[in-house]
Amino acid sequence: MSARTLPLLFLNLGGEMLYILDQRLRAQSIPGEKARKDEWTDVDRKRVMNDIISTMFNKKFMEELFKPQELYSKKALRTVYDRLAHASIMRLNQASMDKLYDLMTMAFKYQVLLCPRPRDILLVTFNHLDAIKDFVYESPAILNQVDETFRQLIETYTCLSDGEFQLIRQTLLIFFQDMHIRVSIFLKDKVQNSNGRFVLPISGPVPWGTEVPGLIRIFNHKGVEVKRTEFTTAGNYVTPQREGSFELYGDRALKLGTNMYSVSRPVETHMAGSSKNVASHAKNITPNPLAKEELNFLARLMGGLDIQKPAGGETGFRLNLFTTDEEEEHAAQTRPEELSYKVINIEATQERREELSRILGEMEVAEPRPDSAGKGEDLLALMDEL
Amino acid sequence: PAVPPRYRRERTLTLRSSSSALYNNLTVLCPPARPPRAFGAVHGTTLTLLGSEGPPRQLPARGGGSALSTPLLTQAAWCQLPARVLLVLTSQRGVQMYEADGSTLVFWHALDVPEHPAAHSVFARGISSAGKHFICVGTSSGAVLVFDIPPKGTNVTLSEVLEQHRDPITDIAAEQGQAPDGAGDLVTADDSGTLCLWGTGEEFTLLGKIPGSGCTCSSVTLWNGIVAAGYGNGQIRLWEAGTGQLRAQVSAHARWVYALDLAPLTGKLLSGAEDSFVHVWKLSRNPDTDDVEIQHCHAECVTDTQVCGARFCDPAGDTFAVTGYDLSEILCY
Repeated sequence: MSARTLPLLFLNLGGEMLYILDQRLRAQSIPGEKARKDEWTDVDRKRVMNDIISTMFNKKFMEELFKPQELYSKKALRTVYDRLAHASIMRLNQASMDKLYDLMTMAFKYQVLLCPRPRDILLVTFNHLDAIKDFVYESPAILNQVDETFRQLIETYTCLSDGEFQLIRQTLLIFFQDMHIRVSIFLKDKVQNSNGRFVLPISGPVPWGTEVPGLIRIFNHKGVEVKRTEFTTAGNYVTPQREGSFELYGDRALKLGTNMYSVSRPVETHMAGSSKNVASHAKNITPNPLAKEELNFLARLMGGLDIQKPAGGETGFRLNLFTTDEEEEHAAQTRPEELSYKVINIEATQERREELSRILGEMEVAEPRPDSAGKGEDLLALMDEL
Repeated sequence: PAVPPRYRRERTLTLRSSSSALYNNLTVLCPPARPPRAFGAVHGTTLTLLGSEGPPRQLPARGGGSALSTPLLTQAAWCQLPARVLLVLTSQRGVQMYEADGSTLVFWHALDVPEHPAAHSVFARGISSAGKHFICVGTSSGAVLVFDIPPKGTNVTLSEVLEQHRDPITDIAAEQGQAPDGAGDLVTADDSGTLCLWGTGEEFTLLGKIPGSGCTCSSVTLWNGIVAAGYGNGQIRLWEAGTGQLRAQVSAHARWVYALDLAPLTGKLLSGAEDSFVHVWKLSRNPDTDDVEIQHCHAECVTDTQVCGARFCDPAGDTFAVTGYDLSEILCY
């Protein structure tokens, strides 16, 4: 409903994706000297993170993203992340990509649900961006790109009213409705129940600007307070300590959106017992794999994604989101039908080719690239491969 | 004072789909004459209707066309007028009116939707019957559409557009008791917390305006000249409709209030919020001082659920029903 939702959705999901990839790459990395040719090193990890982040924060891409528009389906959005995850030497199998997307979406759903105020979704976004800047602190050019987006977020969102933020939040909640995938780390921390629903605490600090419930004040017809009474409930609330900062730099005061993964806390999902509601929700989606508008959106957005193909003789390194290859294989075979994302086969029809060529023609090439001559064909070829 | 009667969870009705996180996302049809009740809750692009007779039905939003997807519904409400009852749905595209059982489309009003999305979203939201034969619907521009409803048939006309609000309308409520002189019989609320009091008739008159303080008023009721309003900061405020004076302020909830409802026979007030709580309050007027009183009666915690709809199921307020985000049930107490 709110036409301002997409940038927040995209950046937060992207942030979660980077947390997960970083954790898996660290978990699977081998010290440089000891690594064989097909094993990950720290240098590889940093390169992957840099490649993905610089692709994500590409200026043209961000321009398209920030245009007022409706939210697109999970399927369409998933296509963009598929592309992003493959923006470097890293490769993911379908099963790992599915799991990655599950984790990303459940994490952000949790953050949106638990935001004390609708406006705090912006603080969650800033938490993600702060962490992304940490990933690329050694590369000033990429850092600059992220800061640009940071500034654009501040410009676009800090002036919105609470009511507008609530509309954004409601739009996000509709997007995440009926998703109840169980995430190991959430189950262990007891923030998610075994039925996949998140725990909503009834204690702790109230949002900034809200009073602790309990007080009733009565005023007479002149506006003078004449009586105070109190009521009690099961909740156990306290006043908050401080408000988070909405500046470029600052203490966000909110844990939501910070990195909850570390090498010692592996990422797992359980797919068993998917609820009936997921099935009925899936049926409500239009029968066409992608509506015309979604294809247009993807063409515009992808036009801004400058994907580098692996140079020369380098082959892609495969990243596994599961603990073993056998587990990944098993997950691919046993994924419930209604939870399949059915990655789209975009046909590069004549119409699409013309549109993409136009977008590419408009793109300014900042520095000369070694394979710029065949860029148009490369991008279309990549789309055909999907 | 006597101990207020306690409520207990009675039964749970299963919905085919879960409820969306929208303000006032539960409508209940409780005709005084017949026992069978009907419930309606919005899920994304459809309204789920549940009655005691027949299987549950689903009504979709209209006006998709070649657009990206079916438009999203924002609210649904049964409007009870002396001559007939209509079921009204509001969406990103416009206003749909059906006969009470949802079987026949009576009227469709399309909003002016720009071809390319603008920064400000376009939608209709806020539904109430007004006066003897009007239904009022709010819009995201702040305009309130007044529709004249004939006693039978489909000849609904747009009678007036009220333009006093500058922010998107959140809720509209009609006087459910007896309005004191000059107090008005309709209240409209918006995202900035501004409340407008109106006198209904062939031409609606603005009788008063209570400026908002930036805190969204998401839900509003009007009873015996008392406006009860629920806010984004968890407060419930009671205003004197005639003078615009604040008469009571309650720190009621720890999160955004999503729903208010009033039982006209007893003055019971029901509030539901994102903090998982549903509270029952009692409104009254002190006959000596003319002060408005509000007393807390009962609290229910719907575990791990953000409440998005709450309605009394009878005019005395002895029973109520609740919906929550992602919950595929209606809980009855």
